[in-house]
Amino acid sequence: MDQLLNNEGKELNVQTLIEDKRKNRMTGNIIEKIIPVFLFLCASVSILTTFGIVFTLLRESIGFFSDTSLVEFYTGSSWSPWSGEFGVLPLIGGTLLITVVAAVVAVPIGLMSAIFLSEYADDRVRRVIKPILEVLAGIPTVVYGYFALTFVTPILQSFIPGLGIFNALSAGIVVGVMIIPMIASLSEDAMNAVPNSLREGAYGLGSTKLEVVIKVVLPAAFSGIVASIVLAVSRAIGETMIVTIAAGATPNLTMDPTESVQSMTAFIVQAATGDTSFGSDIYYSLYAVGMTLFILTLVMNLIAQYISHRFREEY
Amino acid sequence: MSKLQEKRKSSESGSNIKVSPARQQEMNKGPMKSVFEVENLNLWYGSNQALYEISMQIPQNQVTAIIGPSGCGKSTYLKALNRMVEMVPSVKTSGTIKYNDQNIYKDKLTVEYLRTKVGMVFQKPNPFPKSVYDNVAYGPRVHGIKKRAILDQIVEKSLKDAAIWDELKDRLNENAYSLSGGQQQRVCIARALAVEPDVILMDEPTSALDPISTLKVEELVQELKKKYSIVIVTHNMQQAARISDNTAFFLNGELIEYADTNKLFQNPDDKRTEDYITGRFG
Amino acid sequence: MFEKNAGNLQKKVNNRVWLNKGMRTLFLGATLVGLIVLALLFYRVLTQGLGYLSLDFITSLPSPSFEDAGIWAGLIGSIWLMVIVAVVSIIIGVATSLYLEEYAPKNKIADIIRINIQNLAGVPSIVYGLLGLTFFVYMFSIGYRLLAGGLTMALLILPIIVVASQEALRSVPNEVKEASYGMGATKWQTIARVTLPAALPGILTGTIIALSRAIGETAPLIIVGAAAAIYTLPDSLLSKYTAMPIQIYNWTARPQDEWQYVAGAGIIVLLAILLIMNSIAVLVRNKFQKRF
Repeated sequence: MDQLLNNEGKELNVQTLIEDKRKNRMTGNIIEKIIPVFLFLCASVSILTTFGIVFTLLRESIGFFSDTSLVEFYTGSSWSPWSGEFGVLPLIGGTLLITVVAAVVAVPIGLMSAIFLSEYADDRVRRVIKPILEVLAGIPTVVYGYFALTFVTPILQSFIPGLGIFNALSAGIVVGVMIIPMIASLSEDAMNAVPNSLREGAYGLGSTKLEVVIKVVLPAAFSGIVASIVLAVSRAIGETMIVTIAAGATPNLTMDPTESVQSMTAFIVQAATGDTSFGSDIYYSLYAVGMTLFILTLVMNLIAQYISHRFREEY
Repeated sequence: MSKLQEKRKSSESGSNIKVSPARQQEMNKGPMKSVFEVENLNLWYGSNQALYEISMQIPQNQVTAIIGPSGCGKSTYLKALNRMVEMVPSVKTSGTIKYNDQNIYKDKLTVEYLRTKVGMVFQKPNPFPKSVYDNVAYGPRVHGIKKRAILDQIVEKSLKDAAIWDELKDRLNENAYSLSGGQQQRVCIARALAVEPDVILMDEPTSALDPISTLKVEELVQELKKKYSIVIVTHNMQQAARISDNTAFFLNGELIEYADTNKLFQNPDDKRTEDYITGRFG
Repeated sequence: MFEKNAGNLQKKVNNRVWLNKGMRTLFLGATLVGLIVLALLFYRVLTQGLGYLSLDFITSLPSPSFEDAGIWAGLIGSIWLMVIVAVVSIIIGVATSLYLEEYAPKNKIADIIRINIQNLAGVPSIVYGLLGLTFFVYMFSIGYRLLAGGLTMALLILPIIVVASQEALRSVPNEVKEASYGMGATKWQTIARVTLPAALPGILTGTIIALSRAIGETAPLIIVGAAAAIYTLPDSLLSKYTAMPIQIYNWTARPQDEWQYVAGAGIIVLLAILLIMNSIAVLVRNKFQKRF
């Protein structure tokens, strides 16, 4: 069969067929023009989201700061919104205390895991461990909160007599566990990016693996590692459920991790679940705290991006 | 090589591709009608000039080979003919390229229309991750042909023309990625044939293939030139000598020499051509 | 003299080798910490929750008494939420990635969108809750209803879907797209018939993973008013609703020990659903492993 035939057995030519179809292809041309516009509009949703966040936080915060001065808010050491005291330092202190505990847990463990996975483990081991770390990263935070409250706290209580049910230590440890996978995998990526030629140079001089890690790999991957830590800390600052469930609701400016504290995020949850009426002082204070939280995490994310772009090693 | 030439002779005597009457008429107008007329073509990638003042006519129903060392602009030139070169955003051109007396850069000739008339086969076999059938039917479908009965005919005809129907007629629903490299490339040729273009541009179509697949594709080119005008870029001089009627030699973005293949290989005018075909560089 | 030095050197090398071995064990130990905690967590949840888990628990509405409490309302609410989130975030997310990968000119606007998406991924989820509260609950007057929760969550996971889709689109080789253009296909025809189908498995995998993040997310839902005590099932986009993690949070927050078992049972259901979703993602990834 060398020629195309139509129903009546007449010869058909593909180019003629295409030519016929072309005449009613006007819709096609319109689609070609509309699609990019539609896609651009969808892409701008992400920009609108950012504007929405900034607008929301700014507008409601401005309402708040017309009653409470910025100075009072950021220097006051008493947070008792139901009696009109809006000094945010105890909330910031609570957040930082938990973040410090989390970092103390997660940074060494995360880094050592990264070194093990990147430098010591063979492929088979890596293929088993990495998905498990991914599972750890995928556990909902409410589940971590439950774990902190019903498992970690009782264990801690058996070591530390007098430890309350709600305390910063338990919450901080579990937040730390939550961010281990983040530090481990981002740092491992940074170490994997170090070219083997650098390692081989050091091995050629008779170095042990540990010496190669300390003298070659860690310095070369330094910026990536720092960026991963900054990102993970930012994540810890914004963590809500673990802290809300396990650290309690006591705004408390303290450096003692065995005490109950309230973080910025935990206050937002408390105020949102309580009888907060729209337009009240407490309603507006939600946004002032939210803005503080947003700025803090945004700055840390920008720092992380700056470090990883600015100091990206060129191999 | 001699075997191939024998084959070439025998296939020339006994044509098994029929030509539609309309096309036959067109062909009778004269053997040296050209499909492409290129005049003073310059092309830049950003600020790097890749082609300098190329002027060249490409005759109908012949195989035109373009040879030259890598980086000489031969692929760029080929891709300029169906405007595929514009996939690189920074490309600028000057001069004219006329396809059947129409300037291909004029608005009336849309780039989509040009590419249905001037098909392309690429260096690496690049079938779509779809069935053989869907691969071959892709072009007709894109251009609005939806009737299954017609598509069936087109697919069969195209695969036959690409000399792979017998191998694949029972595997039409298999994913093209499950085929061998040589089969994939011939499916890609069938895909290009499915819209019945005038010209087929081939960009080193055998460079990724084994010798036997290469031979099959070369034989196919000989068959196809009865119906189509073929421009083939190759880094393989023997291949150009085996299968082409005319050969153009490119060097550093310039067209050095363009002549009948036998003449160019046996008695080149330019010293640089001679150096290249005798293997002194490249 | 020389031999003595050589002996010292040998000793030093031995020490270095031992130190390396010791540290290797330490690194391995640190890596195992994560795995051990995960095992403990599963163990704890199972021992607390399995005893309470039953078909009754899954199919019962919330109740003030822990013997009767069930997760049905949360399960159905979460499914409703996922449908809203999936529809909104897949359309907007895939469209955004298509714009960035295929259409965006290499200029400032595209750069701004890219950097912006990177930063959005780092915004704490509770801040999205505040955004939803202002815009969806109050400004658009949706109230504490399903639609407000769904839209808030959709925005939350949008960056994850965009990044995953971008990666999937980038993995489609240029040669295949060129083949389509070479046939005279237009840009959109090439995208719709070649690029998107080839990238679909990657997009699906990323989407399922993003959805599994959304289904466990609690904080923003609390802010946009998912209710803890709900005794009817949602029947429209504007119904009052609850969700699984909200139920779990609510049970966990109660002081009596018995409620911890209820919470444990709820967590088992939630983790089981997450497991199913992730298995589907892995299956999709393996089934359509890219052939390029």
